[in-house]
Amino acid sequence: MADVGYSAPAKEYEAQLGDYFALLKPRVMSLVVFTALVGLLAAPVAVNPIIAFASILFVAIGAGASGALNMWWDADIDAVMRRTAKRPIPAGRVQPGEALNLGVALSGLSIMMLALTANLLAAALLAFTIFFYAIVYSMWLKRSTPQNIVIGGAAGAFPPVIGWVIATGSFSIEAWLMFALIFMWTPPHFWALALFMRSDYDDAGVPMLTVTHGRRTTRVHIVVYTVLLALLAVGTGFTSIGGPVYLAVAVVLNALFLKGAVEIWRRNEAQADADDYRVEKKFFRLSLWYLFAHFGVILLEAALRPFGLGGW
Amino acid sequence: MAIRAEHEIHTRRKGRNIGVGLMLAAFVVLVMAITFAKVTSDDFQMPDATEMAN
Repeated sequence: MADVGYSAPAKEYEAQLGDYFALLKPRVMSLVVFTALVGLLAAPVAVNPIIAFASILFVAIGAGASGALNMWWDADIDAVMRRTAKRPIPAGRVQPGEALNLGVALSGLSIMMLALTANLLAAALLAFTIFFYAIVYSMWLKRSTPQNIVIGGAAGAFPPVIGWVIATGSFSIEAWLMFALIFMWTPPHFWALALFMRSDYDDAGVPMLTVTHGRRTTRVHIVVYTVLLALLAVGTGFTSIGGPVYLAVAVVLNALFLKGAVEIWRRNEAQADADDYRVEKKFFRLSLWYLFAHFGVILLEAALRPFGLGGW
Repeated sequence: MAIRAEHEIHTRRKGRNIGVGLMLAAFVVLVMAITFAKVTSDDFQMPDATEMAN
């Protein structure tokens, strides 16, 4: 039979595992893993290491699932923003439908497995967290109010509570204190980002505070929220999850954080533009260490307790 | 064009399929480990077979 000169069609990109993994927002997952682990280990109930590992893994998968759902919903604005244009969907590496299917499947799997591994309350809390981030924050708040990341920040604050509930099967004031720490930290963290991302959110039509109320108002809000956060964070030092080591670290870190917030407040846009938002970027980087250090020292206090050293 | 046993699409998908296979295997091992941990824990009670039959 004669060869009719078949020419292969142009190759479509097929997503690799790394592309699907990027959908899960790995950096957010690592924060979730750490804070959930601290919540679990700070609880006064010992957990079998295999159960603890598996439970935290399923919490991480649930967090990743909500990240995939967020990327599916926000693909249109991700394409417009410089910070997010290289994400798998706007970059064309993953189809939107694939992200939706992956998010839904991993949500179901993680909730079911957490219920079987830990307890129903932890699974219900994980389910609520996924719902809150994917539906309440991504589909509703983010595009409709400048209070989007204030309220939506609750989604990122649930993991230590989930960790505590995995260990104890119930809520406690200590778990909600850890929740409050992340909840109050979220606004100054994201508003500093919004300041040095300049017109990114504006171009995408996202009603961030910088867009709706202006950058001056945002600078004022950062310092107000940082003051409230500092009071909460230092006050936590006198509670059952605090202690002398926590208090020392919290006083130093919150003093530095307040200093950064005041510097942001005192600057104007011309000054910020002149040095490429050096102060805002420094504050944002400090915010990452801030959260890591506070939870690290909560863990340290819990670790010292069996030896009679942690706590008051 | 002759049909070949190995097509370039197989090469592209091989890495992904191996990765998915490894993850599934790890999941099986994890479920076994969780089951072992739960069954050997102090607060595990074997269900009463006679009660379940009635």
